[in-house]
Amino acid sequence: MGLAPFLIYFTWKDIRSDDAVYEQLRRFWTRIFAVSFATGTVTGLVLEFEFGTNFAAFSTTAGELFGGPLALEGMMAFMLEATFLGIFVFGRERVSNRLYFLSSVAVGLGTWLSAVWILIANSWMQTPRGFELAMEDGQPIVHLVDPIAAYLNPRFPWMFVHMQNAAVESVALIMAGIAAYYIFRHHIWEYPIKNIEFWETTLKIALVALVITAPLQAIHGDLYARHIVETQPQKFAAMEAIWETDSYVPEYIVAFPTSIQDLLDPRAKEIFGFGIPGGASWLASGGDPQATIQGLNEFEGPQPPVAIVFWSFRIMVALGFWFILLAFWGVYRWWRGELYGDDLLHKALMLSAPLGLLAVELGWIVTEVGRQPWVIQGVMKTNDSVSPGLTGAEATATLVGFAIVYLGLLTLYTYVIVRIIRAGPPDGDELTTTESSPPPQSEVNMDD
Amino acid sequence: MTDVGTLASDTLFGLPLADIWFGLVFFILGMFLFLDGFDFGIGILFATRDEKHEREQLLAAITPFWDGNEVWLVVFGGALFAAFPAVYANLFSRHYLLMFAILGALILRGLAPEMYEQREDKPWQKWWGRAFIVGSFTAPFFLGIFIANWLLGTMALITLPGVITGLMVVALTVVDGVAFLRLKTRNELRDDVRADGFRALILYLILVVLTLGVVYITAPELQSALLSPLVVGLVVVNLVLTGIYAVATSFNRYYAAFVANAGLVFTLVSIIGSLMYPYIDRVEGLTVDEAIVSTLPLNIMSIGAALLLPLIFLYFGVLYSVFSGPIKVDESY
Repeated sequence: MGLAPFLIYFTWKDIRSDDAVYEQLRRFWTRIFAVSFATGTVTGLVLEFEFGTNFAAFSTTAGELFGGPLALEGMMAFMLEATFLGIFVFGRERVSNRLYFLSSVAVGLGTWLSAVWILIANSWMQTPRGFELAMEDGQPIVHLVDPIAAYLNPRFPWMFVHMQNAAVESVALIMAGIAAYYIFRHHIWEYPIKNIEFWETTLKIALVALVITAPLQAIHGDLYARHIVETQPQKFAAMEAIWETDSYVPEYIVAFPTSIQDLLDPRAKEIFGFGIPGGASWLASGGDPQATIQGLNEFEGPQPPVAIVFWSFRIMVALGFWFILLAFWGVYRWWRGELYGDDLLHKALMLSAPLGLLAVELGWIVTEVGRQPWVIQGVMKTNDSVSPGLTGAEATATLVGFAIVYLGLLTLYTYVIVRIIRAGPPDGDELTTTESSPPPQSEVNMDD
Repeated sequence: MTDVGTLASDTLFGLPLADIWFGLVFFILGMFLFLDGFDFGIGILFATRDEKHEREQLLAAITPFWDGNEVWLVVFGGALFAAFPAVYANLFSRHYLLMFAILGALILRGLAPEMYEQREDKPWQKWWGRAFIVGSFTAPFFLGIFIANWLLGTMALITLPGVITGLMVVALTVVDGVAFLRLKTRNELRDDVRADGFRALILYLILVVLTLGVVYITAPELQSALLSPLVVGLVVVNLVLTGIYAVATSFNRYYAAFVANAGLVFTLVSIIGSLMYPYIDRVEGLTVDEAIVSTLPLNIMSIGAALLLPLIFLYFGVLYSVFSGPIKVDESY
């Protein structure tokens, strides 16, 4: 999703300008996109069936609301991206400029529509609307009564904006980090790199994307948190590790229980920490340091694992601010004409390349762990959602199996991506678009 | 509160939407078996080809397509979930390990060709080639077992009818793969695979007769459905199509063979659907009318499908026409 807007831009520039660097950009990043997409297809396929295999009770209860978005995602989004991906990746020589550009747009649109439907399904679990709950044969069944209220539930716009912006920001960080590595070697170590202009252009495009997305992420992230206060107060209390309902609540930058045994105990009250007085109240209410925040002790029953939510949230926010700093640092150097000379900047960019993805994962941990014990907020508990016939042994075996398989896939994926990056972009003499017609293709056989 | 009008009480235009969705689910399954079927078949044929340039042609024949083809399985899952949520939940949790076996095989099949092309050295290509073959064989095999278990309402993981059906589906994918490959190649490979096509066709014929026989013996509740005019008619059409495929392949009528092969897949899926109807989940005793989702989401999904399916056919039309004609091996990125 994050790479798609870049690919559309590269394709457009490749077609419209004579500058060969855009063909290099398009071809290089398309290779990475293709490998990522194939990995995403095979791993994502599991999810389409997992609701049935592992969460049959959930699927029975929520099928009316949950099945529709999943089916529509397949038909509206996945079909679009998967078919046009074939043309986008393999068909440059076979189609006109116009159809080729349209293919890039179709692939990008497909990935974003996919996010729309998946996030509709997920956000409905966070802020369920537009349904009635009935008991049928001893099983709670959710009935859809208002599709617009259900699909465009209050959480959906927040999630969509935050996730899509994060995807673009993460890709910008990866691009900048890889480009910084080559620029560092070329300009600072003076170890000449072929196609250095390619990496310089990559860095500049990534910095432009970063300087737009990084501040936006923080601004609507702040608004998003306020929306959580209103809709999922228990989650917000876990994010801030607030136990007792109180006003003038400090914002803890770091916080630890006083004894090591309490490290993971959600009820550990003795906190050693450093906080800004009134900070949490100020943030939660949008400007009032005296505002009251509901504490975890107000909520009956099990609590989310506070330590995980608290720390994931903090690290994610810290990373978000770091990315803003990084963006402005880079743009400042660029403006001063010193972009290729600051070795510290390039080291920072290299180290930050994977941190955008880390922040995305942490954000999802806050979202999904923070809503526990609910699978559908206020309607169904996670414990009640699993398949009734599923044995612990089966679930454990497949979980371990998939952990191993997915870890293997991640290793292979990283290996292949590193190889592509090390090989670098295609060289000038391999390029095709510079005016003249493409070189004749050697077909397998011409005798037909 | 949005006013949904009569959408919540009456099906669109009074159509029998439950039956239409039952048909649609099987149609989508058929599209998957037909389109990804030739990917599987070509993956299995990969085992019979040692030469590098031949193997590359096999891969090039399917690389632009397999991703789109596999989405039909995603849509099969999604459509079943949306239209028959209880069946989706029961069926996939009941055949838990089988589902994961299918998904594991599909991961191997999808990943292997990507990996194969990343490096040129022999051991790498040997092992990823093997992974590709194993994934391409086991995915349709397990899928066949799943279909048999679904039809017969079996609780067990692996049964005799399941294994026979699995092998039949594997044979059918090879028939499919040969038909597609002969459309896409122009050299000696095109002639070489003809014999493979005949062997697979004979195997398919034997296995389809065996499957129907075993179903007749082991599932008394399906006996009357098996002898109904519709099913008998479909079986006859299926057998006639194998004849047409054989004749078309002998006379090198590539398109005719490919169309006959598509007919084979869709008549086979129709036979399974007709045998199952009116039930959609025999273990739970759920009929199509009992398992169908409430009217409002059903109407919404029907509108969605009516608008989107023509678009999907358009996408596939564009994709297959862009890559029509013979393979160009060195084309990528």
